[in-house]
Amino acid sequence: MTDDRRARLARIIGPVIVFGCFVGTWYLAHYVLMSENRRFLVPPPHDVVQEAFLTWSVDGGTATLATSAGGGLSDQLEALWLSAQVALLGLSIAIVIGIALATLMSQAKWVEQAIYPYLVALQAIPILAFVPLIGVLWGFEFRSRVLVCVIIALFPIVANTLFGLLSVDRSHRELMTLHGASRLRQLRTLQFPAAMPAIFTGLQISAGLAVIGAIVGDFFFRQGQPGIGQLIDRYRASLAYEQMYGSVILAAVLGIVVFWFFGWLGRRVVGAWYEPAAR
Amino acid sequence: MPTALQFTSVGLTFPDGTTALDNVDLDVGSGEFVTVVGPSGCGKSTLLRVAAGLEQPTKGSCSVDRTSLGFVFQDATLFPWRTVHQNVGLLAELHGLGDASARIGAAIDVVGLREHVDKYPRQLSGGMAMRTSLARSLVLEPDVFMFDEPFGALDELTRERLNDELVTLFVARRFATLFITHSIAEAVFLSTRVVVMSPRPGRIIAHHDVPFPYPRRHDLRYTAEFNELAAAVSNDLRAAQR
Ligand SMILES: Nc1ncnc2c1ncn2[C@@H]1O[C@H](COP(=O)(O)OP(=O)(O)OP(=O)(O)O)[C@@H](O)[C@H]1O
Ligand SMILES: [Mg+2]
Repeated sequence: MTDDRRARLARIIGPVIVFGCFVGTWYLAHYVLMSENRRFLVPPPHDVVQEAFLTWSVDGGTATLATSAGGGLSDQLEALWLSAQVALLGLSIAIVIGIALATLMSQAKWVEQAIYPYLVALQAIPILAFVPLIGVLWGFEFRSRVLVCVIIALFPIVANTLFGLLSVDRSHRELMTLHGASRLRQLRTLQFPAAMPAIFTGLQISAGLAVIGAIVGDFFFRQGQPGIGQLIDRYRASLAYEQMYGSVILAAVLGIVVFWFFGWLGRRVVGAWYEPAAR
Repeated sequence: MPTALQFTSVGLTFPDGTTALDNVDLDVGSGEFVTVVGPSGCGKSTLLRVAAGLEQPTKGSCSVDRTSLGFVFQDATLFPWRTVHQNVGLLAELHGLGDASARIGAAIDVVGLREHVDKYPRQLSGGMAMRTSLARSLVLEPDVFMFDEPFGALDELTRERLNDELVTLFVARRFATLFITHSIAEAVFLSTRVVVMSPRPGRIIAHHDVPFPYPRRHDLRYTAEFNELAAAVSNDLRAAQR
């Protein structure tokens, strides 16, 4: 077997083993750890897959308590699509604002000192404190959910971009100065390219946070068109645990896909020249 | 011989009180290759940084036309996200030279990197990186060239080979050069004049004219005259350190 194939196999085998352990633990929880009368709290994986993903639509009309909240793949996907839109729009806005702020802050120490404390505060206050306030002030619709995402995703982008822009080699900077480069030129030709690896690190973190933001906002708003967050809450309230686990899995998958996408994009952009420190 | 670079009673004291340079007078004529040797920490880099305009002297003045200045740092200072070709083109971009592809190609040929134009700095050896750095400045066709221990991190053989190439270049272009090195042999081999600096605060304490005609062949290094001159420079350096 060539080294290349071995490496590829190793990359697949690791996650597969962990996935196996995870599913195994899940079954263990259902059949062994939970007592008979509490078993419904942790439905087995195959039931979750069957009811949440392999059933297109659970008819709310059958009137059993467990299904009164609806469910099935069509509801799940509709909610997922809404949450994904919220997360992606929120993330995009956070990226634009974040990079603009970081660029401004990189230009003068006093700008950095003026803005940074407020960003840290925004980061430190639990998002749950904001959510109800935003809802009351700005409605419970799409735009408020997006705002929650922006707030939660902003900081890592600003912090990483700023760090990247400012940790340029002194000798590189002097080379630019020596040849009469303006500030704009320095930014464009030196600082932004040099900051790319750090920027992508920030994007990756923020992408995950934006997904959380989309779900948390939706979860606590409890109004308007349902996203994944509201589904989770509603299925929990109506004891539709198979559906609830299904929603949680979809939320996780959305987070993984977005995180993976930015990792891939980062490698595409800086992979040719950037060598992360060896392990 | 017109003067390309002139230090007049230059002194420099850093804000923390360190006096790096004290009353330095030095002229480099156009077509002259002047090398500065001196003990570590004596202020050689500072002298060069003053000449390049990266530091302002606190006393005296330095006059030089910086419109087409070549400056080669101790490390290659290549941008890791640019290929060899793109790195060599950097200064052409900064100086707004427009379509400089012919110049870039020529500079790359001069340093013998034709086959490596699409490599990134992480794929280069130390010698190749330094050649790229040299080519980057050559694109500007500078009248004044400054080097701060450019070959210090290279092995002996690579260093000698690059010295040979630099001499060839100097003969062809005759830029005024201010060169800094720790190696006495390198200084004598390359220069028209070697100056010796005292320990900090740096002053010029000796000048040695190097009489060997250009082009210089690599085996010049093994002649008696060469070694005599190197010994004389070495003696001055030792005397200064006591
Ligand atoms: N920015 C600075 N602030 C304060 N002191 C400095 C600064 N830069 C250099 N120095 C001091 O000035 C002195 C001369 O430094 P310089 O780098 O010019 O020495 P050098 O001759 O180039 O040494 P080397 O041969 O080791 O490169 C040193 O004592 C150094 O510590
Ligand atoms: Mg130095």
